[in-house]
Amino acid sequence: MAMSTTGVDPETIRAKEARRERRFTLINKSAGWLSVFGLGFVVPLLRMAAGDSAKSQMGELVQSLVVPLTGIFIFIAAWAVLAPQVNTSLGAIPGPVAVAREAASLWDAHVAEREKAADFYARQEDRNAKLEAQGKADRVKWRDYTGSPTYIDQIVTSLKTVALGFIFATIVAVPLGIASGLSRAVNGALNPLIQIFKPVSPLAWLPIVTMVVSATYVDASEALPKSMLISAIVVTLCSLWPTLINTALGVASVDKDLTNVSRVLQLPTWKFVSKVILPSSLPLIFTGLRLSLGVGWMVLIAAEMLSQNPGLGKFVWDEFQNGSSSSLAKIIVAVLTIGVIGFLLDRLMYALQAAFTFSNQR
Amino acid sequence: MTIAAFTRRTVTALLLASTSLVSSVALAQETKWLDVEKDELKFGFIKLTDMAPLAVAYEKGFFEDEGLFVTLEAQANWKVLLDGVITGQLDGAHMLAGQPLAATIGYGTEAHIVTPFSMDLNGNGITVSNEVWEAMKPNIPTDADGKPQHPISAAAMKPVVEQYKAAGKPFNMGMVFPVSTHNYELRYWLAAGGIHPGFYAPDDISGQILAEAYLSVTPPPQMPATLEAGTIYGYCVGEPWNQQAVFRGIGVPVITDYEIWKNNPEKVFGMTKEFVDENPNTTLAIVKALIKAAKWLDENDNANRMEAVEILSQPQYVGADAEVIANSMTGTFEYEKGDKRDVPDFNVFFRYYATYPYYSDATWYLSQMRRWGQIAEPKSNSWFEDVAKSVYRPDIYEEAARLLVEEGFLTEDEVPFGTDGYKAPQTEFIDGVTFDGRDPNGYLEKFPIGLKGDQKVEGSAVVGG
Repeated sequence: MAMSTTGVDPETIRAKEARRERRFTLINKSAGWLSVFGLGFVVPLLRMAAGDSAKSQMGELVQSLVVPLTGIFIFIAAWAVLAPQVNTSLGAIPGPVAVAREAASLWDAHVAEREKAADFYARQEDRNAKLEAQGKADRVKWRDYTGSPTYIDQIVTSLKTVALGFIFATIVAVPLGIASGLSRAVNGALNPLIQIFKPVSPLAWLPIVTMVVSATYVDASEALPKSMLISAIVVTLCSLWPTLINTALGVASVDKDLTNVSRVLQLPTWKFVSKVILPSSLPLIFTGLRLSLGVGWMVLIAAEMLSQNPGLGKFVWDEFQNGSSSSLAKIIVAVLTIGVIGFLLDRLMYALQAAFTFSNQR
Repeated sequence: MTIAAFTRRTVTALLLASTSLVSSVALAQETKWLDVEKDELKFGFIKLTDMAPLAVAYEKGFFEDEGLFVTLEAQANWKVLLDGVITGQLDGAHMLAGQPLAATIGYGTEAHIVTPFSMDLNGNGITVSNEVWEAMKPNIPTDADGKPQHPISAAAMKPVVEQYKAAGKPFNMGMVFPVSTHNYELRYWLAAGGIHPGFYAPDDISGQILAEAYLSVTPPPQMPATLEAGTIYGYCVGEPWNQQAVFRGIGVPVITDYEIWKNNPEKVFGMTKEFVDENPNTTLAIVKALIKAAKWLDENDNANRMEAVEILSQPQYVGADAEVIANSMTGTFEYEKGDKRDVPDFNVFFRYYATYPYYSDATWYLSQMRRWGQIAEPKSNSWFEDVAKSVYRPDIYEEAARLLVEEGFLTEDEVPFGTDGYKAPQTEFIDGVTFDGRDPNGYLEKFPIGLKGDQKVEGSAVVGG
């Protein structure tokens, strides 16, 4: 922009400035949210686009985008170089290329299975139409396709299971945590139990849960098969502790001034909990929930592996049992999938926390 | 009447006319639907090539043709599979022939399991580690080409076992289940070579009393890994796990079960007696579909085997590489690396009346349970017969086969109609002993190693008899 003496209208300059200011405030506002979703590197790019000098933003950009990308690149390069040097009985450990190829083939298998399902339904239509035509309408049956679950199906199953287990855990842990945070007696009673059960491995719970669920949950429904309930309960048993402990801590450390004020106002207990306790302890509760979800996801894969319940864990175990030349690559695809999903779940919780809490320290 | 309806009718009429024309040349094949009581079924299987009839019946639509909607589910191990059938989570399963018999007589989990369909003949092998192979090779006579002479007797391994014993190392071997074909075959082979595989007793179910070779249970898919880890020095297992050892260069198959006992029965399809009694038509429909699948597998001199291999190599079935599965399924077997020999009958699914549940097959398994002390008390020949008849159900098989003959899928001579359920005395065992299913006790008398007559195992000694 060259300044000329022909006299630029100061109004336009001011308006321009104001627009620019608005743009920057908008960018600064959204910066918080973008970083929540792990998109922090977009901020310097936006600032550049909005007309900030590239130099001042470069440092920020290098830190938030170039450095992580370099890390990933170095890892992939090291993997590609080192993997072929480890020879297992299933052949060399597959490198990034082989794994990418296997990921594609898993997708193809998923598509092929869907096509088979479509064929099945088409055949069923034909058969039923034939029966109708022969006047045997009473023999017409509509059945679901009975194929094997694909990789995508297994991911969905695992996500459903972890969600179910996590919801159970939250329903149990939050009220208990609030109670033990409010009352020293409850806290004293729960504390030894928490200490004893917290370190128990999911694999130790599994046989017990399997037996109990098999005995009590007799009429399994289609929507909630036994295997899913078993896995979900194992997830619950292992993932409720972080939520419980953090909730108790959050409730116990509510500002004394607030509790005193509510005493003066003689707030009823329910109001006291909902208006004072919950809002002030939310940040810590969410920290607990985040930890719980992470633990739950980790536990679920192990539980599925051992109990052969449908899901990603079973996929890994089945591939290990198959022992074909592509098995290792498929297992590595699964490992990466598990990692990425775990990361996304964590981000999701982080976003929820950001949405629901008013604290400045995230 | 619409045009569409009219044309459809004409087409149907034309089709009918053409089929009646063809039927004078070939058989018209049409499945008559049975009125099945339960049409959504779940069957379990273990990842082994001999589950092929199930995979084929599903993939080729034989189950669907009978109006059955079947889900096939791989199981972690034989125990889980059996429990699944007993608790009703599974409606039926690919089982070891010994499982229904053992469950019915109450060895292990007690439950009355029956089998109307035998799944295959042969299909197993015995593999030893490279180390053991190198040590036993000098004791094996060679043929004209300098290759080891087959069948290889366990006698060649005896000095190796002695060496390990002298060094204070127990000679461990793996098999897949205490009542598995593999356990009995491995024991048969060891005993025929003068190596004692150990006895079972009611208070000691390790099966290692008086043993020179110590047998323990390892799930089939883990066999190669366990061998590689040095936990065991050899194992007996179904395919593809013997060929896998050659491919990976971690072991050498020394003998196939075809050479231990020619055309021995291997797996069966098991269901609870309760299920069979409550769902007679469903059972018939299942057996019909399985017979069709077995026939497809052996048709035109194994012409369909490559397609079957492709099916089996899918990850939801066996999942091993197609070339590994193909080795045995297409009639060759690789012993040492590069020593590939033809074993055309390594996997038999339909020839030689393979699918017919013979009482004599059941009797052989029961006789081996008695031989090694799993049946601790002496039993009369009539007891053997009663148990065989309560578990093996050729009546159901024949009914299903009769329907298939009527529908044109089978010919009369493909089914041993009119047999009394006992095969003629079988002579082709590695040790030359003859087996007559009508006299199991007389059969047991012929073995130098093993319980016979009134003998029992007490503590660590054989008493009585």
